[in-house]
Amino acid sequence: MENQMNHQPQDGQFAIQASHMDIYYGNFRAVKDCSLEVLPRKITAIIGPSGCGKSTVLRAFNRMNDFIPGCRVEGGILFHGQNIYAPDVDPVQVRKLIGMVFQKPNPFPKSIYENVAWGARINGYTGNMDDLVEETLVKAALWDEVKDNLKKSALALSGGQQQRLCIARALAVKPEIILMDEPCSALDPIATLKIEDLMRELSSNYTIIIVTHNMQQAARASDYTAFFTMDPDRSGIMVEYGETSQLFTRPRDQRTEDYITGRFG
Amino acid sequence: MTSIARENLFKAPSRMEFLKKRFRKLEFGIQAFLFFCGFVSILTTIGIVFELGKESLLFFQTPGVNLVEFFTTTTWQPSIGQYGVLPLVTSTLMTSTFAMLIALPLGLAAAIYLSEYADPKVRKVLKPILEILAGIPTVVYGYFALTFMTPLLRGIFGQQTVQIYNTLSAGLVMGIMILPLVASMSEDALRAVPRALREAAYGVGATKLETSIQVVLPAALSGIVAAFIIGISRAVGETMIVAVAAGAGPKFTFNPFEGAETMTGYIARISGGDLSYDTPDYNSIFAIGLLLFVITLGLNIISRTISRRFREVYE
Repeated sequence: MENQMNHQPQDGQFAIQASHMDIYYGNFRAVKDCSLEVLPRKITAIIGPSGCGKSTVLRAFNRMNDFIPGCRVEGGILFHGQNIYAPDVDPVQVRKLIGMVFQKPNPFPKSIYENVAWGARINGYTGNMDDLVEETLVKAALWDEVKDNLKKSALALSGGQQQRLCIARALAVKPEIILMDEPCSALDPIATLKIEDLMRELSSNYTIIIVTHNMQQAARASDYTAFFTMDPDRSGIMVEYGETSQLFTRPRDQRTEDYITGRFG
Repeated sequence: MTSIARENLFKAPSRMEFLKKRFRKLEFGIQAFLFFCGFVSILTTIGIVFELGKESLLFFQTPGVNLVEFFTTTTWQPSIGQYGVLPLVTSTLMTSTFAMLIALPLGLAAAIYLSEYADPKVRKVLKPILEILAGIPTVVYGYFALTFMTPLLRGIFGQQTVQIYNTLSAGLVMGIMILPLVASMSEDALRAVPRALREAAYGVGATKLETSIQVVLPAALSGIVAAFIIGISRAVGETMIVAVAAGAGPKFTFNPFEGAETMTGYIARISGGDLSYDTPDYNSIFAIGLLLFVITLGLNIISRTISRRFREVYE
Protein backbone atom coordinates (compact mmCIF):
# COMPACT_ATOMS: atom_id res chain seq x y z
CA MET A 1 0.00 0.00 0.00
CA GLU A 2 1.34 3.44 -0.88
CA ASN A 3 1.70 6.28 1.51
CA GLN A 4 -1.78 7.67 2.00
CA MET A 5 -0.43 11.21 1.80
CA ASN A 6 -0.16 10.83 -1.95
CA HIS A 7 -3.88 10.30 -2.20
CA GLN A 8 -4.74 13.38 -0.20
CA PRO A 9 -6.15 16.22 -2.22
CA GLN A 10 -4.29 19.52 -2.33
CA ASP A 11 -5.02 22.09 0.33
CA GLY A 12 -8.18 23.91 -0.45
CA GLN A 13 -9.75 20.88 -2.08
CA PHE A 14 -12.28 18.79 -0.21
CA ALA A 15 -11.52 15.38 1.26
CA ILE A 16 -15.05 14.28 0.63
CA GLN A 17 -18.15 16.14 -0.37
CA ALA A 18 -21.83 15.31 -0.02
CA SER A 19 -23.95 17.14 -2.51
CA HIS A 20 -27.74 17.43 -2.38
CA MET A 21 -27.98 14.09 -0.63
CA ASP A 22 -31.33 12.62 0.42
CA ILE A 23 -31.39 9.46 2.52
CA TYR A 24 -34.50 7.34 2.83
CA TYR A 25 -35.48 4.47 5.13
CA GLY A 26 -38.22 2.89 3.06
CA ASN A 27 -40.57 5.77 2.32
CA PHE A 28 -39.35 7.92 5.19
CA ARG A 29 -36.93 10.63 4.22
CA ALA A 30 -34.43 10.65 7.09
CA VAL A 31 -32.10 13.26 5.64
CA LYS A 32 -33.09 16.04 3.28
CA ASP A 33 -30.89 17.82 0.77
CA CYS A 34 -27.63 17.59 2.66
CA SER A 35 -24.57 19.26 1.15
CA LEU A 36 -21.43 19.06 3.24
CA GLU A 37 -17.87 19.71 2.15
CA VAL A 38 -15.30 18.15 4.44
CA LEU A 39 -11.82 19.62 4.51
CA PRO A 40 -8.80 17.34 4.46
CA ARG A 41 -6.79 16.75 7.63
CA LYS A 42 -9.34 18.54 9.75
CA ILE A 43 -11.77 17.31 12.37
CA THR A 44 -15.33 17.93 11.36
CA ALA A 45 -18.00 17.42 14.01
CA ILE A 46 -21.65 16.71 13.30
CA ILE A 47 -23.94 17.72 16.16
CA GLY A 48 -27.68 17.89 16.63
CA PRO A 49 -30.58 16.43 18.61
CA SER A 50 -31.44 12.72 18.63
CA GLY A 51 -33.08 11.47 15.47
CA CYS A 52 -31.84 14.31 13.26
CA GLY A 53 -29.95 11.92 10.99
CA LYS A 54 -26.36 12.60 12.16
CA SER A 55 -25.35 8.95 12.20
CA THR A 56 -27.22 8.29 8.99
CA VAL A 57 -25.22 10.99 7.24
CA LEU A 58 -21.95 9.71 8.72
CA ARG A 59 -22.65 6.14 7.64
CA ALA A 60 -23.44 7.39 4.15
CA PHE A 61 -19.82 8.47 3.76
CA ASN A 62 -18.51 4.90 3.57
CA ARG A 63 -21.68 3.20 2.37
CA MET A 64 -22.27 1.54 5.70
CA ASN A 65 -25.99 2.16 5.21
CA ASP A 66 -25.92 -0.49 2.48
CA PHE A 67 -26.44 -3.07 5.24
CA ILE A 68 -29.64 -1.52 6.49
CA PRO A 69 -32.56 -3.02 4.56
CA GLY A 70 -34.65 -0.38 2.86
CA CYS A 71 -32.04 2.35 3.17
CA ARG A 72 -31.50 4.36 -0.01
CA VAL A 73 -29.25 7.30 -0.79
CA GLU A 74 -30.11 9.83 -3.49
CA GLY A 75 -27.85 12.57 -4.67
CA GLY A 76 -24.23 11.78 -4.19
CA ILE A 77 -20.98 11.86 -2.33
CA LEU A 78 -17.91 12.93 -4.23
CA PHE A 79 -14.63 11.32 -3.25
CA HIS A 80 -11.61 11.94 -5.48
CA GLY A 81 -13.95 13.11 -8.19
CA GLN A 82 -15.93 9.90 -8.07
CA ASN A 83 -19.52 9.62 -6.85
CA ILE A 84 -19.25 6.71 -4.39
CA TYR A 85 -22.89 5.87 -5.07
CA ALA A 86 -22.30 5.44 -8.79
CA PRO A 87 -23.25 1.94 -9.95
CA ASP A 88 -19.69 1.05 -10.98
CA VAL A 89 -18.20 1.83 -7.56
CA ASP A 90 -17.36 -1.09 -5.28
CA PRO A 91 -18.42 -0.26 -1.69
CA VAL A 92 -15.77 -2.64 -0.32
CA GLN A 93 -13.08 -0.49 -1.96
CA VAL A 94 -14.69 2.65 -0.56
CA ARG A 95 -14.47 1.27 2.97
CA LYS A 96 -10.80 0.44 2.56
CA LEU A 97 -10.13 4.18 2.18
CA ILE A 98 -12.80 5.45 4.57
CA GLY A 99 -12.61 3.66 7.91
CA MET A 100 -15.04 3.74 10.77
CA VAL A 101 -15.08 3.73 14.57
CA PHE A 102 -18.40 2.86 16.14
CA GLN A 103 -20.44 4.08 19.07
CA LYS A 104 -19.90 1.02 21.22
CA PRO A 105 -16.39 -0.42 21.12
CA ASN A 106 -16.70 -3.53 18.96
CA PRO A 107 -13.33 -5.30 18.85
CA PHE A 108 -13.27 -8.70 17.18
CA PRO A 109 -13.36 -11.56 19.68
CA LYS A 110 -9.74 -12.25 18.77
CA SER A 111 -6.39 -11.29 20.26
CA ILE A 112 -5.28 -7.66 20.47
CA TYR A 113 -2.65 -8.36 17.83
CA GLU A 114 -5.13 -10.03 15.52
CA ASN A 115 -7.59 -7.16 15.86
CA VAL A 116 -5.06 -4.81 14.31
CA ALA A 117 -3.54 -7.28 11.86
CA TRP A 118 -6.75 -8.72 10.44
CA GLY A 119 -7.84 -5.71 8.41
CA ALA A 120 -4.35 -5.22 6.99
CA ARG A 121 -4.06 -8.89 6.09
CA ILE A 122 -7.35 -9.10 4.22
CA ASN A 123 -6.32 -5.96 2.38
CA GLY A 124 -3.23 -7.70 1.09
CA TYR A 125 -0.61 -6.12 3.37
CA THR A 126 2.67 -7.95 2.74
CA GLY A 127 5.12 -6.01 4.93
CA ASN A 128 6.24 -6.96 8.40
CA MET A 129 3.03 -7.45 10.37
CA ASP A 130 4.68 -7.12 13.79
CA ASP A 131 6.01 -3.70 12.81
CA LEU A 132 2.67 -2.59 11.46
CA VAL A 133 0.86 -3.70 14.62
CA GLU A 134 3.35 -1.88 16.83
CA GLU A 135 3.38 1.26 14.72
CA THR A 136 -0.41 1.36 14.60
CA LEU A 137 -0.87 0.75 18.30
CA VAL A 138 1.64 3.50 19.04
CA LYS A 139 -0.35 5.86 16.83
CA ALA A 140 -3.52 4.88 18.68
CA ALA A 141 -1.78 5.63 22.02
CA LEU A 142 -2.36 2.09 23.22
CA TRP A 143 1.03 0.42 22.71
CA ASP A 144 2.45 1.03 26.18
CA GLU A 145 -0.63 -0.46 27.81
CA VAL A 146 -0.83 -3.63 25.74
CA LYS A 147 2.66 -4.38 24.42
CA ASP A 148 3.16 -7.27 26.86
CA ASN A 149 -0.27 -8.75 26.25
CA LEU A 150 -0.67 -8.75 22.49
CA LYS A 151 -1.90 -12.33 22.50
CA LYS A 152 -4.58 -11.63 25.06
CA SER A 153 -8.21 -11.33 24.03
CA ALA A 154 -9.21 -7.81 23.07
CA LEU A 155 -12.31 -8.23 25.19
CA ALA A 156 -10.19 -8.25 28.34
CA LEU A 157 -9.39 -4.56 27.77
CA SER A 158 -11.32 -1.73 29.37
CA GLY A 159 -13.92 0.16 27.33
CA GLY A 160 -11.57 3.06 26.63
CA GLN A 161 -8.74 0.74 25.62
CA GLN A 162 -11.11 -1.23 23.40
CA GLN A 163 -12.15 1.96 21.64
CA ARG A 164 -8.51 2.95 21.04
CA LEU A 165 -7.94 -0.58 19.73
CA CYS A 166 -10.85 -0.04 17.33
CA ILE A 167 -9.18 3.18 16.20
CA ALA A 168 -5.92 1.25 15.72
CA ARG A 169 -7.82 -1.36 13.75
CA ALA A 170 -9.13 1.36 11.45
CA LEU A 171 -5.65 2.95 11.10
CA ALA A 172 -3.97 -0.35 10.20
CA VAL A 173 -5.77 -0.35 6.86
CA LYS A 174 -4.21 3.07 6.13
CA PRO A 175 -7.41 4.93 5.30
CA GLU A 176 -7.66 8.56 4.29
CA ILE A 177 -10.76 9.39 6.23
CA ILE A 178 -11.90 8.06 9.60
CA LEU A 179 -15.57 8.27 10.50
CA MET A 180 -16.36 8.24 14.21
CA ASP A 181 -19.91 7.61 15.36
CA GLU A 182 -20.16 8.95 18.92
CA PRO A 183 -16.92 7.16 19.81
CA CYS A 184 -16.94 8.33 23.43
CA SER A 185 -20.58 7.83 24.35
CA ALA A 186 -19.82 4.58 26.19
CA LEU A 187 -16.67 5.91 27.89
CA ASP A 188 -15.89 7.73 31.11
CA PRO A 189 -14.50 11.31 31.03
CA ILE A 190 -10.85 10.27 31.32
CA ALA A 191 -11.08 7.77 28.48
CA THR A 192 -12.99 10.40 26.51
CA LEU A 193 -10.17 12.92 26.89
CA LYS A 194 -7.65 10.33 25.73
CA ILE A 195 -9.66 9.71 22.59
CA GLU A 196 -9.97 13.45 21.95
CA ASP A 197 -6.20 13.91 22.32
CA LEU A 198 -5.71 11.03 19.96
CA MET A 199 -8.08 12.55 17.40
CA ARG A 200 -6.14 15.78 17.56
CA GLU A 201 -2.92 13.92 16.85
CA LEU A 202 -4.39 11.87 14.05
CA SER A 203 -5.80 14.94 12.36
CA SER A 204 -2.35 15.90 11.07
CA ASN A 205 -2.50 12.86 8.79
CA TYR A 206 -6.14 11.91 8.52
CA THR A 207 -9.45 13.55 7.82
CA ILE A 208 -11.80 12.86 10.71
CA ILE A 209 -15.56 13.21 10.75
CA ILE A 210 -17.12 12.70 14.16
CA VAL A 211 -20.74 12.52 15.23
CA THR A 212 -21.22 13.56 18.81
CA HIS A 213 -24.03 14.19 21.25
CA ASN A 214 -21.71 16.11 23.42
CA MET A 215 -21.51 19.77 22.45
CA GLN A 216 -18.53 20.42 24.70
CA GLN A 217 -16.72 17.68 22.86
CA ALA A 218 -17.50 19.24 19.49
CA ALA A 219 -16.40 22.65 20.77
CA ARG A 220 -13.20 21.24 22.29
CA ALA A 221 -12.10 18.77 19.70
CA SER A 222 -13.23 19.85 16.25
CA ASP A 223 -12.12 22.37 13.65
CA TYR A 224 -15.43 22.53 11.81
CA THR A 225 -18.94 21.81 13.01
CA ALA A 226 -22.13 21.00 11.16
CA PHE A 227 -25.38 21.43 13.05
CA PHE A 228 -28.30 19.24 12.05
CA THR A 229 -31.88 19.35 13.23
CA MET A 230 -35.28 18.04 12.22
CA ASP A 231 -37.61 19.94 9.98
CA PRO A 232 -41.41 19.78 10.61
CA ASP A 233 -41.85 16.49 8.69
CA ARG A 234 -39.10 14.93 10.87
CA SER A 235 -36.48 14.78 8.13
CA GLY A 236 -32.98 15.68 9.19
CA ILE A 237 -31.60 18.87 7.66
CA MET A 238 -28.29 20.62 7.95
CA VAL A 239 -28.89 24.04 9.45
CA GLU A 240 -25.44 25.50 9.67
CA TYR A 241 -21.88 24.53 8.90
CA GLY A 242 -18.78 26.48 9.68
CA GLU A 243 -15.67 26.84 11.74
CA THR A 244 -16.27 25.47 15.20
CA SER A 245 -15.18 28.68 16.93
CA GLN A 246 -17.57 30.72 14.83
CA LEU A 247 -20.51 28.33 15.12
CA PHE A 248 -20.33 28.16 18.89
CA THR A 249 -19.74 31.87 19.49
CA ARG A 250 -21.58 33.61 16.66
CA PRO A 251 -24.10 31.17 15.22
CA ARG A 252 -25.78 32.54 12.12
CA ASP A 253 -29.02 30.64 12.57
CA GLN A 254 -31.48 31.04 15.45
CA ARG A 255 -31.99 27.27 15.65
CA THR A 256 -28.26 26.71 16.12
CA GLU A 257 -28.16 29.30 18.85
CA ASP A 258 -31.16 27.72 20.61
CA TYR A 259 -29.51 24.34 20.50
CA ILE A 260 -26.05 25.31 21.66
CA THR A 261 -27.39 27.46 24.45
CA GLY A 262 -29.55 24.57 25.64
CA ARG A 263 -32.95 25.97 24.78
CA PHE A 264 -33.68 23.05 22.52
CA GLY A 265 -33.06 19.33 22.44
CA MET B 1 -48.20 -11.39 50.73
CA THR B 2 -48.47 -8.02 49.00
CA SER B 3 -51.90 -7.54 50.53
CA ILE B 4 -50.54 -8.35 53.95
CA ALA B 5 -47.65 -6.00 53.40
CA ARG B 6 -49.95 -3.20 52.31
CA GLU B 7 -52.29 -3.75 55.21
CA ASN B 8 -49.42 -3.62 57.60
CA LEU B 9 -48.20 -0.43 56.03
CA PHE B 10 -51.52 1.28 56.48
CA LYS B 11 -52.18 -0.03 59.97
CA ALA B 12 -48.64 1.02 60.74
CA PRO B 13 -47.81 -1.57 63.37
CA SER B 14 -44.32 -1.72 64.71
CA ARG B 15 -41.80 -1.42 61.89
CA MET B 16 -39.75 -4.15 63.51
CA GLU B 17 -42.61 -6.57 63.03
CA PHE B 18 -43.11 -5.38 59.45
CA LEU B 19 -39.50 -6.08 58.53
CA LYS B 20 -39.59 -9.67 59.84
CA LYS B 21 -38.88 -12.47 57.39
CA ARG B 22 -42.08 -14.10 56.19
CA PHE B 23 -43.01 -17.33 54.50
CA ARG B 24 -44.36 -16.83 50.97
CA LYS B 25 -46.44 -19.88 50.08
CA LEU B 26 -46.92 -19.21 46.38
CA GLU B 27 -43.28 -18.26 45.87
CA PHE B 28 -42.14 -21.40 47.66
CA GLY B 29 -44.66 -23.62 45.86
CA ILE B 30 -43.64 -22.45 42.40
CA GLN B 31 -39.96 -22.74 43.19
CA ALA B 32 -40.51 -26.30 44.41
CA PHE B 33 -42.45 -27.15 41.24
CA LEU B 34 -39.72 -25.77 38.99
CA PHE B 35 -37.11 -27.72 40.91
CA PHE B 36 -39.20 -30.86 40.52
CA CYS B 37 -39.46 -30.37 36.73
CA GLY B 38 -35.70 -30.08 36.46
CA PHE B 39 -35.23 -33.04 38.73
CA VAL B 40 -37.46 -35.33 36.64
CA SER B 41 -35.03 -35.29 33.73
CA ILE B 42 -32.13 -36.08 36.02
CA LEU B 43 -34.10 -38.90 37.61
CA THR B 44 -34.96 -40.31 34.19
CA THR B 45 -31.32 -40.30 33.15
CA ILE B 46 -30.29 -42.01 36.35
CA GLY B 47 -33.08 -44.57 35.84
CA ILE B 48 -31.98 -45.33 32.30
CA VAL B 49 -28.34 -45.71 33.24
CA PHE B 50 -29.30 -47.94 36.14
CA GLU B 51 -31.53 -50.19 34.03
CA LEU B 52 -28.96 -50.43 31.23
CA GLY B 53 -26.22 -51.21 33.71
CA LYS B 54 -28.23 -53.86 35.55
CA GLU B 55 -29.29 -55.74 32.43
CA SER B 56 -25.82 -55.42 30.89
CA LEU B 57 -24.39 -56.97 34.01
CA LEU B 58 -26.72 -59.92 33.49
CA PHE B 59 -25.44 -60.23 29.95
CA PHE B 60 -21.80 -60.14 30.91
CA GLN B 61 -22.42 -62.79 33.57
CA THR B 62 -23.65 -65.19 30.89
CA PRO B 63 -21.27 -68.13 30.51
CA GLY B 64 -19.14 -67.67 27.41
CA VAL B 65 -19.36 -63.87 27.46
CA ASN B 66 -16.45 -61.76 28.54
CA LEU B 67 -15.51 -58.12 28.10
CA VAL B 68 -12.30 -58.72 26.15
CA GLU B 69 -14.01 -60.95 23.65
CA PHE B 70 -16.91 -58.50 23.46
CA PHE B 71 -14.69 -55.64 22.39
CA THR B 72 -12.10 -57.43 20.28
CA THR B 73 -13.65 -60.23 18.26
CA THR B 74 -15.39 -59.59 15.00
CA THR B 75 -18.26 -62.03 14.90
CA TRP B 76 -21.63 -61.35 16.42
CA GLN B 77 -23.66 -64.53 16.43
CA PRO B 78 -25.30 -65.07 19.80
CA SER B 79 -26.92 -68.30 18.59
CA ILE B 80 -23.53 -70.01 18.40
CA GLY B 81 -22.05 -68.12 21.33
CA GLN B 82 -20.02 -65.54 19.39
CA TYR B 83 -20.27 -62.18 21.08
CA GLY B 84 -17.97 -59.73 19.31
CA VAL B 85 -19.62 -56.32 19.11
CA LEU B 86 -17.22 -54.81 16.57
CA PRO B 87 -19.29 -55.51 13.42
CA LEU B 88 -22.19 -53.56 14.92
CA VAL B 89 -19.92 -50.72 15.99
CA THR B 90 -18.15 -50.40 12.64
CA SER B 91 -21.39 -50.30 10.69
CA THR B 92 -22.71 -47.62 13.03
CA LEU B 93 -19.52 -45.67 12.53
CA MET B 94 -19.80 -46.07 8.77
CA THR B 95 -23.40 -44.92 8.45
CA SER B 96 -22.73 -42.03 10.85
CA THR B 97 -19.62 -40.98 8.96
CA PHE B 98 -21.45 -40.93 5.63
CA ALA B 99 -24.26 -38.98 7.25
CA MET B 100 -21.91 -36.41 8.72
CA LEU B 101 -20.01 -36.05 5.45
CA ILE B 102 -23.30 -34.85 3.99
CA ALA B 103 -24.87 -33.04 6.92
CA LEU B 104 -21.99 -31.04 8.37
CA PRO B 105 -20.57 -29.28 5.29
CA LEU B 106 -23.90 -28.83 3.54
CA GLY B 107 -25.67 -27.85 6.76
CA LEU B 108 -23.03 -25.27 7.60
CA ALA B 109 -23.00 -23.91 4.05
CA ALA B 110 -26.80 -23.64 4.09
CA ALA B 111 -26.61 -21.87 7.44
CA ILE B 112 -24.06 -19.36 6.18
CA TYR B 113 -26.16 -18.72 3.10
CA LEU B 114 -29.36 -18.22 5.11
CA SER B 115 -27.77 -16.07 7.78
CA GLU B 116 -25.32 -13.95 5.78
CA TYR B 117 -26.36 -13.95 2.15
CA ALA B 118 -30.05 -14.67 1.74
CA ASP B 119 -32.44 -11.81 1.17
CA PRO B 120 -34.80 -11.53 4.19
CA LYS B 121 -37.72 -12.46 1.92
CA VAL B 122 -35.94 -15.58 0.66
CA ARG B 123 -35.00 -16.59 4.19
CA LYS B 124 -38.57 -16.18 5.36
CA VAL B 125 -39.62 -18.82 2.84
CA LEU B 126 -36.60 -21.13 3.00
CA LYS B 127 -36.22 -21.59 6.72
CA PRO B 128 -39.72 -22.97 7.38
CA ILE B 129 -39.28 -25.35 4.44
CA LEU B 130 -36.00 -26.53 5.93
CA GLU B 131 -37.71 -27.10 9.24
CA ILE B 132 -40.52 -29.07 7.59
CA LEU B 133 -37.84 -31.34 6.15
CA ALA B 134 -36.75 -32.01 9.73
CA GLY B 135 -40.28 -33.09 10.58
CA ILE B 136 -40.54 -35.94 8.07
CA PRO B 137 -40.84 -39.28 9.92
CA THR B 138 -37.60 -41.22 9.74
CA VAL B 139 -39.32 -44.34 8.45
CA VAL B 140 -40.20 -42.36 5.33
CA TYR B 141 -36.53 -41.51 4.93
CA GLY B 142 -35.81 -45.22 5.31
CA TYR B 143 -37.97 -46.08 2.34
CA PHE B 144 -36.53 -43.11 0.47
CA ALA B 145 -33.12 -44.70 0.95
CA LEU B 146 -34.33 -48.12 -0.14
CA THR B 147 -36.42 -47.07 -3.14
CA PHE B 148 -34.54 -44.01 -4.38
CA MET B 149 -30.99 -43.78 -3.07
CA THR B 150 -30.10 -47.46 -3.42
CA PRO B 151 -31.30 -47.73 -7.05
CA LEU B 152 -29.43 -44.51 -7.76
CA LEU B 153 -26.21 -45.90 -6.27
CA ARG B 154 -26.71 -49.16 -8.14
CA GLY B 155 -27.15 -47.20 -11.33
CA ILE B 156 -23.90 -45.35 -10.73
CA PHE B 157 -21.66 -48.09 -9.34
CA GLY B 158 -23.24 -51.16 -10.93
CA GLN B 159 -25.80 -53.75 -9.86
CA GLN B 160 -23.09 -56.25 -8.98
CA THR B 161 -21.13 -53.90 -6.75
CA VAL B 162 -23.97 -52.43 -4.72
CA GLN B 163 -26.15 -54.72 -2.67
CA ILE B 164 -29.82 -53.94 -2.16
CA TYR B 165 -29.16 -53.26 1.51
CA ASN B 166 -26.03 -51.20 2.04
CA THR B 167 -24.62 -48.78 4.59
CA LEU B 168 -23.79 -46.05 2.08
CA SER B 169 -27.37 -45.51 1.01
CA ALA B 170 -28.62 -45.48 4.60
CA GLY B 171 -25.82 -43.13 5.65
CA LEU B 172 -26.37 -40.65 2.83
CA VAL B 173 -30.10 -40.44 3.45
CA MET B 174 -29.45 -40.09 7.16
CA GLY B 175 -27.22 -37.14 6.26
CA ILE B 176 -30.08 -35.57 4.33
CA MET B 177 -32.33 -36.12 7.32
CA ILE B 178 -29.89 -34.45 9.74
CA LEU B 179 -28.94 -31.60 7.39
CA PRO B 180 -31.89 -29.34 8.25
CA LEU B 181 -31.23 -29.75 11.95
CA VAL B 182 -27.58 -28.80 11.59
CA ALA B 183 -28.44 -25.95 9.22
CA SER B 184 -31.19 -24.54 11.39
CA MET B 185 -29.19 -24.65 14.63
CA SER B 186 -26.03 -23.28 13.00
CA GLU B 187 -28.05 -20.49 11.43
CA ASP B 188 -29.42 -19.52 14.83
CA ALA B 189 -25.86 -19.40 16.16
CA LEU B 190 -24.65 -17.25 13.25
CA ARG B 191 -27.59 -14.87 13.52
CA ALA B 192 -26.94 -14.40 17.22
CA VAL B 193 -23.61 -12.76 16.40
CA PRO B 194 -24.15 -9.02 16.93
CA ARG B 195 -24.41 -6.81 13.88
CA ALA B 196 -21.73 -4.57 15.39
CA LEU B 197 -19.16 -7.29 14.75
CA ARG B 198 -20.09 -7.56 11.08
CA GLU B 199 -20.00 -3.78 10.73
CA ALA B 200 -16.55 -3.75 12.31
CA ALA B 201 -15.33 -6.13 9.63
CA TYR B 202 -17.02 -4.26 6.79
CA GLY B 203 -15.59 -1.05 8.23
CA VAL B 204 -12.01 -2.16 7.49
CA GLY B 205 -12.93 -3.06 3.93
CA ALA B 206 -13.74 -6.73 4.33
CA THR B 207 -15.85 -8.50 1.74
CA LYS B 208 -18.93 -10.47 2.67
CA LEU B 209 -17.05 -13.76 2.43
CA GLU B 210 -14.16 -12.55 4.61
CA THR B 211 -16.63 -11.23 7.16
CA SER B 212 -18.71 -14.40 7.22
CA ILE B 213 -15.88 -16.91 7.38
CA GLN B 214 -13.26 -15.08 9.44
CA VAL B 215 -15.34 -13.02 11.84
CA VAL B 216 -18.90 -14.27 12.14
CA LEU B 217 -18.15 -18.00 11.97
CA PRO B 218 -15.50 -18.05 14.73
CA ALA B 219 -17.76 -15.94 16.93
CA ALA B 220 -20.59 -18.45 16.48
CA LEU B 221 -18.37 -21.50 16.81
CA SER B 222 -19.67 -22.77 20.13
CA GLY B 223 -23.23 -22.79 18.82
CA ILE B 224 -22.16 -24.45 15.59
CA VAL B 225 -20.23 -27.15 17.44
CA ALA B 226 -23.32 -27.74 19.56
CA ALA B 227 -25.29 -28.22 16.35
CA PHE B 228 -22.66 -30.69 15.12
CA ILE B 229 -22.76 -32.66 18.38
CA ILE B 230 -26.51 -33.00 18.20
CA GLY B 231 -26.22 -33.99 14.54
CA ILE B 232 -23.66 -36.69 15.29
CA SER B 233 -25.62 -37.96 18.26
CA ARG B 234 -28.68 -38.26 16.08
CA ALA B 235 -26.72 -40.12 13.43
CA VAL B 236 -25.32 -42.59 15.93
CA GLY B 237 -28.70 -43.10 17.55
CA GLU B 238 -30.81 -43.10 14.37
CA THR B 239 -32.65 -46.41 14.06
CA MET B 240 -35.41 -46.46 11.49
CA ILE B 241 -33.42 -45.57 8.38
CA VAL B 242 -30.70 -48.13 9.08
CA ALA B 243 -33.22 -50.77 10.09
CA VAL B 244 -34.96 -50.34 6.74
CA ALA B 245 -32.06 -49.71 4.39
CA ALA B 246 -28.75 -50.83 5.88
CA GLY B 247 -29.57 -54.51 6.05
CA ALA B 248 -30.25 -57.05 8.77
CA GLY B 249 -27.58 -59.32 10.14
CA PRO B 250 -24.29 -58.15 11.61
CA LYS B 251 -21.39 -58.23 9.24
CA PHE B 252 -17.83 -57.11 9.78
CA THR B 253 -17.06 -55.11 6.68
CA PHE B 254 -15.74 -51.75 5.61
CA ASN B 255 -17.32 -51.99 2.18
CA PRO B 256 -19.97 -49.26 1.99
CA PHE B 257 -21.83 -51.16 -0.72
CA GLU B 258 -22.50 -54.18 1.50
CA GLY B 259 -25.31 -54.56 3.98
CA ALA B 260 -24.37 -54.50 7.64
CA GLU B 261 -26.49 -54.13 10.73
CA THR B 262 -25.81 -51.21 13.05
CA MET B 263 -26.09 -51.22 16.82
CA THR B 264 -29.46 -49.49 16.75
CA GLY B 265 -30.69 -51.70 13.92
CA TYR B 266 -29.79 -54.77 15.93
CA ILE B 267 -31.53 -53.50 19.06
CA ALA B 268 -34.66 -52.70 17.06
CA ARG B 269 -34.71 -56.13 15.44
CA ILE B 270 -34.15 -58.07 18.67
CA SER B 271 -36.52 -56.07 20.83
CA GLY B 272 -39.21 -56.34 18.19
CA GLY B 273 -38.68 -60.07 17.75
CA ASP B 274 -40.04 -62.98 19.75
CA LEU B 275 -36.99 -63.76 21.83
CA SER B 276 -37.85 -64.72 25.37
CA TYR B 277 -36.81 -62.63 28.31
CA ASP B 278 -33.47 -63.37 29.97
CA THR B 279 -31.81 -65.12 27.06
CA PRO B 280 -28.27 -63.90 26.24
CA ASP B 281 -29.61 -62.52 22.93
CA TYR B 282 -32.16 -60.43 24.74
CA ASN B 283 -29.77 -59.24 27.43
CA SER B 284 -27.17 -58.32 24.84
CA ILE B 285 -29.29 -55.44 23.58
CA PHE B 286 -28.86 -53.71 26.93
CA ALA B 287 -25.12 -54.05 26.72
CA ILE B 288 -25.21 -52.57 23.22
CA GLY B 289 -27.54 -49.83 24.41
CA LEU B 290 -25.10 -48.99 27.18
CA LEU B 291 -22.26 -48.88 24.67
CA LEU B 292 -24.28 -46.50 22.46
CA PHE B 293 -24.93 -44.33 25.47
CA VAL B 294 -21.24 -44.23 26.33
CA ILE B 295 -20.30 -43.38 22.73
CA THR B 296 -22.67 -40.41 22.50
CA LEU B 297 -21.62 -39.25 25.95
CA GLY B 298 -17.98 -39.42 24.87
CA LEU B 299 -18.74 -37.45 21.69
CA ASN B 300 -20.47 -34.83 23.79
CA ILE B 301 -17.52 -34.44 26.11
CA ILE B 302 -15.01 -34.26 23.25
CA SER B 303 -16.98 -31.66 21.33
CA ARG B 304 -17.54 -29.56 24.43
CA THR B 305 -13.82 -29.53 25.10
CA ILE B 306 -13.10 -28.56 21.51
CA SER B 307 -15.61 -25.75 21.44
CA ARG B 308 -14.40 -24.40 24.77
CA ARG B 309 -10.89 -24.18 23.42
CA PHE B 310 -11.68 -22.56 20.07
CA ARG B 311 -14.74 -20.45 20.59
CA GLU B 312 -14.45 -16.69 20.44
CA VAL B 313 -16.69 -15.17 23.06
CA TYR B 314 -18.00 -11.84 21.91
CA GLU B 315 -19.41 -10.53 25.15
